[in-house]
Amino acid sequence: MEYLIGIQGPDFVLVAADNVAASSIIQMKHDYDKMFKLSEKILLLCVGEAGDTVQFAEYIQKNVQLYKMRNGYELSPAAAANFTRKNLADYLRSRTPYHVNLLLAGYDEADGPGLYYMDYLSALAKAPFAAHGYGAFLTLSILDRYYRPGDSALSLIRLNKRFILNLPSFTVRLIDKDGIHDMEKLPVADCSDCRAPGG
Amino acid sequence: MALQDVCGFLETLDDISPCTYLPNEMGYMWRTPFEFDRDSAFHFLFPPQQCSRKNRAPTLFSSTFSSLSPHQQPFQLSHGTTTLGFIFQDGVIAAADTRASCKGLICCPISQKIMPIHSHLVVNTSGSGADCMLWERILTREMRLYQLRHRKRLSINGAAKLLSTMLHPFKGTNVCVAATLCGWDGEETQDTLQSCMEIADVKEAVEQDSNVSAISDVSAQGGVKMASINEQDEISKDTQALNPTVSNQNTKNVLSTFGGRSGPRVCYVCSDGLQLKGEIISVGSGSPYAYAVLDDGWRWGMTVDEAVALAREAVFRATHWDAYSGNNVDLFHITAHGWRRRDREDLKEEYYREREREKKKIKEREKERQKREGDELVEGEGDIYSVHCG
Repeated sequence: MEYLIGIQGPDFVLVAADNVAASSIIQMKHDYDKMFKLSEKILLLCVGEAGDTVQFAEYIQKNVQLYKMRNGYELSPAAAANFTRKNLADYLRSRTPYHVNLLLAGYDEADGPGLYYMDYLSALAKAPFAAHGYGAFLTLSILDRYYRPGDSALSLIRLNKRFILNLPSFTVRLIDKDGIHDMEKLPVADCSDCRAPGG
Repeated sequence: MALQDVCGFLETLDDISPCTYLPNEMGYMWRTPFEFDRDSAFHFLFPPQQCSRKNRAPTLFSSTFSSLSPHQQPFQLSHGTTTLGFIFQDGVIAAADTRASCKGLICCPISQKIMPIHSHLVVNTSGSGADCMLWERILTREMRLYQLRHRKRLSINGAAKLLSTMLHPFKGTNVCVAATLCGWDGEETQDTLQSCMEIADVKEAVEQDSNVSAISDVSAQGGVKMASINEQDEISKDTQALNPTVSNQNTKNVLSTFGGRSGPRVCYVCSDGLQLKGEIISVGSGSPYAYAVLDDGWRWGMTVDEAVALAREAVFRATHWDAYSGNNVDLFHITAHGWRRRDREDLKEEYYREREREKKKIKEREKERQKREGDELVEGEGDIYSVHCG
């Protein structure tokens, strides 16, 4: 099952997605990137039905880039999230609804970091932490327990390391005022020595 | 009408569509055989739902078909076939079995599942046979048009994207196509060889050696025969005639492609919309068995013989375990020079050869065991218990 998680810190957003592209019982790829870069400081994480994810995410990605080309400046994360939600809602009651679950993470100069949770019924919510997939059932309660709004990036990365289910590896990225940074791909072996974060 | 009700004539929505030229209620009473919207130039490409997307008032087509729920696709592995494709330092291998099945019946034991699209691209198909044939032809046509319009050949990734986009409107309908595009991108110049070396260096660094000697043995017995490509020469003559501006390259039969590095490529496109690029792709009900063999034996630095042997072995094992795969194995090898086809091989022969080998091994093991027992008898004190322990 696919898994996405996002955590917002005081001046950054940390997101992670699993790397598996599966076709029923076979893992066809184990280094598949589910994050789509909408702009320098906005990432869209997309899981759901096989073709819909790529089609919808690329459609949003190209439209956000088109906006920048036409107007000279980029959409803010809030605007991008609402644009995405509007598109998803428009297709919802058509004959071709897109069955995708999304996390949109971005950093705005004025508003700071933002994490937006969107599901396939185009419900949009700005949240301090969010997750999609079966893993969400397990991790949301842990996040409730241990999340503090002022946590540093390091402690949140350690928090992230606990959440490995049966998925072999994850791509982790951090968005802050300097843009999008790749953290290392987490394999399962790294998590054996993790404990709860100290504070 | 009473007779119609009794017979169940025109009962299923699949057979019928309401008349468009009659008002609503009457249209439902009188039904005509299934007709596509004839206005569009591509009318055969789009399902009837497309009418309303072209800014027309929703026709009776759309209202009828919206009531049909999307076909619940069965468990994906019900594509009764084994096809595989993988890349390595010397090109791409595409292999498939030749059995076409329909539930429990073998419709055709000698079908061809690997079709060449152009001189440097072949496609492995699985899924519904009719859909695959149609979409192969559509893809061939679109790629040829692209080549004529832009004077460059579309890359494999581009072709996959094109096919994926063309299949997207049919998502949720009964179209069932799972195609693996295997081919070589790019110019056959020093650059190509250079980039291949680079890829090879990177891959060697992360590779583990695996034992392929057992597999190589198989191909030696089989007798490798590669047919030369007559078709490829024809295609190259064709492109020469139409694109004189491109012919100033030294290589006769390779056109350059847009963007990206050149080299071997394997791309999987599914009518669900799934599109994957990778190194090893296998599709069909026999794919788990093929994956097991391929994962074990694949290395980037394989020789052509090793790769061919690996592909044969993978298809053979899959046909052995899977009921819906079997009969023969087709094998294509694509390099920068184009594709080459290996003679179709009957796997029944391979199966009997394997049995002979097993019998021989059992005999040898039996001889060894007796020899060991004999030695122990000589060494031991002739106690009756020592014989049983041997």
